[in-house]
Amino acid sequence: SLSLSLSLSYTHSFLSFISIKNPAVMATMKVHGSVFSTAAMRVFACFYEKELEFEFIPVDLSASEHKKEPFISLNPFGQVPALEDGDLKLFESRAITQHIAYNCAEKGNQLIYPDSKKMAMMSVWMEVEAHQFDPAASKLTWELAIKPLFGMATDGAVVEEFEAKLSKVLDVYEARLGQSKYLGGDCFTLADLHHLPNLHYLMGTQSKKLFDSRPRVSAWCADISARPAWLKVVAMQKNK
Amino acid sequence: MATIKVHGSVFSTAAMRAFACLNEKELQFQFVPVDMRAGQHKTEAYLSLNPFGQVPAFEDGDLKLFESRAITQYIAHSYAEKGNNQLICHDPKKMAIMSVWMEVEAHHFDPPASKLTWELAIKPLVLGVATDGAVVEENEAQLGKVLDIYEARLAQSKYVAGDCFTLADLHHLPNIQYLMGTQSKKLFDSRPHVSAWCADILARPAWSKVVAMRNNK
Repeated sequence: SLSLSLSLSYTHSFLSFISIKNPAVMATMKVHGSVFSTAAMRVFACFYEKELEFEFIPVDLSASEHKKEPFISLNPFGQVPALEDGDLKLFESRAITQHIAYNCAEKGNQLIYPDSKKMAMMSVWMEVEAHQFDPAASKLTWELAIKPLFGMATDGAVVEEFEAKLSKVLDVYEARLGQSKYLGGDCFTLADLHHLPNLHYLMGTQSKKLFDSRPRVSAWCADISARPAWLKVVAMQKNK
Repeated sequence: MATIKVHGSVFSTAAMRAFACLNEKELQFQFVPVDMRAGQHKTEAYLSLNPFGQVPAFEDGDLKLFESRAITQYIAHSYAEKGNNQLICHDPKKMAIMSVWMEVEAHHFDPPASKLTWELAIKPLVLGVATDGAVVEENEAQLGKVLDIYEARLAQSKYVAGDCFTLADLHHLPNIQYLMGTQSKKLFDSRPHVSAWCADILARPAWSKVVAMRNNK
């Protein structure tokens, strides 16, 4: 019986060891959000690229579910998405994608660079998406794609202002994409992925012209939008 | 000779973020001033360092970077063993939480805080231009809501990401420094945990050196 209890405790330790090392044995992560939310779509894309299972928990934005408990305990800023990874609770889509990409590096597609200099360049272009692209692109997504869905009127002055801003950003992208195939370097990484949700919406609006008129930007958009993982994210919207 | 160069202005909040990180890591660097009043940041030479024509730009040997938060993360990771080695966390869970609060600074705190810094500190003191009261009112209201969440967070942990000072706290310093010299100071002073946190991080020796760079100009 001593040898039995020793072998059981060894087995328990071994199973704990392999469950830490083998993501397939980890508890399935949960993503709270909406299939229409650009931020949530960013997270879904990352899961599909990494070929990781996740449980999608819909949050009813029209009922302001995201502004009340229990959601507020997951994200005090009352925004989707939120992630549960065991007892770890995270929010902010770009923190979530980085957590997944680093911790599940060996699964699915590589979305980061292990080399520190390449990682630094990728980090620059992740910041560019967050601070240069997203402020203009997300306002256009709101005015041209989301507001009409709710019967709200588009503000033409806002569209004009932010199309001008986005154009300047895309001029820099056009030059950058002459130096490397993807924004962060020669491989598709989070720096490209983070753009996909706004690109998806804007390609269905008048702002499409800003992308189509710049050949390298246009080719890059077409390339990343055709990725199988991204097509799965888009398909999530079709059933709603 | 220093292999690290920072191109920028001692008044720029983004440049100050980079200086703070280098000081925390006790790294030598060369400061290359960029004359923004003369439009130097829009010249071809500068645009080759930062195609968005903004400061700072960063060089470490042949590596060229821009965007202050990419620069600080590069410094903290690449020089992990130098100076303050707790600016980033190595435990994956703690790193994830730090990452959340770095995003919070970038997406929730910085937008209203930087607009207030611009209106209440840069425009009058550096540019001699009038403040827009409506912009101030709107952004003080927005920053107030953000700081309510910080107040609750800082009741749970000493620093925003946990019990150690990290990049998640450091990234706030330039805007907090400016705003403490303006009417917006009240937003921080009226929230006890936020107020204590501000006092603590502003008093760090590495930060005092950054402020000294600005005060000597």
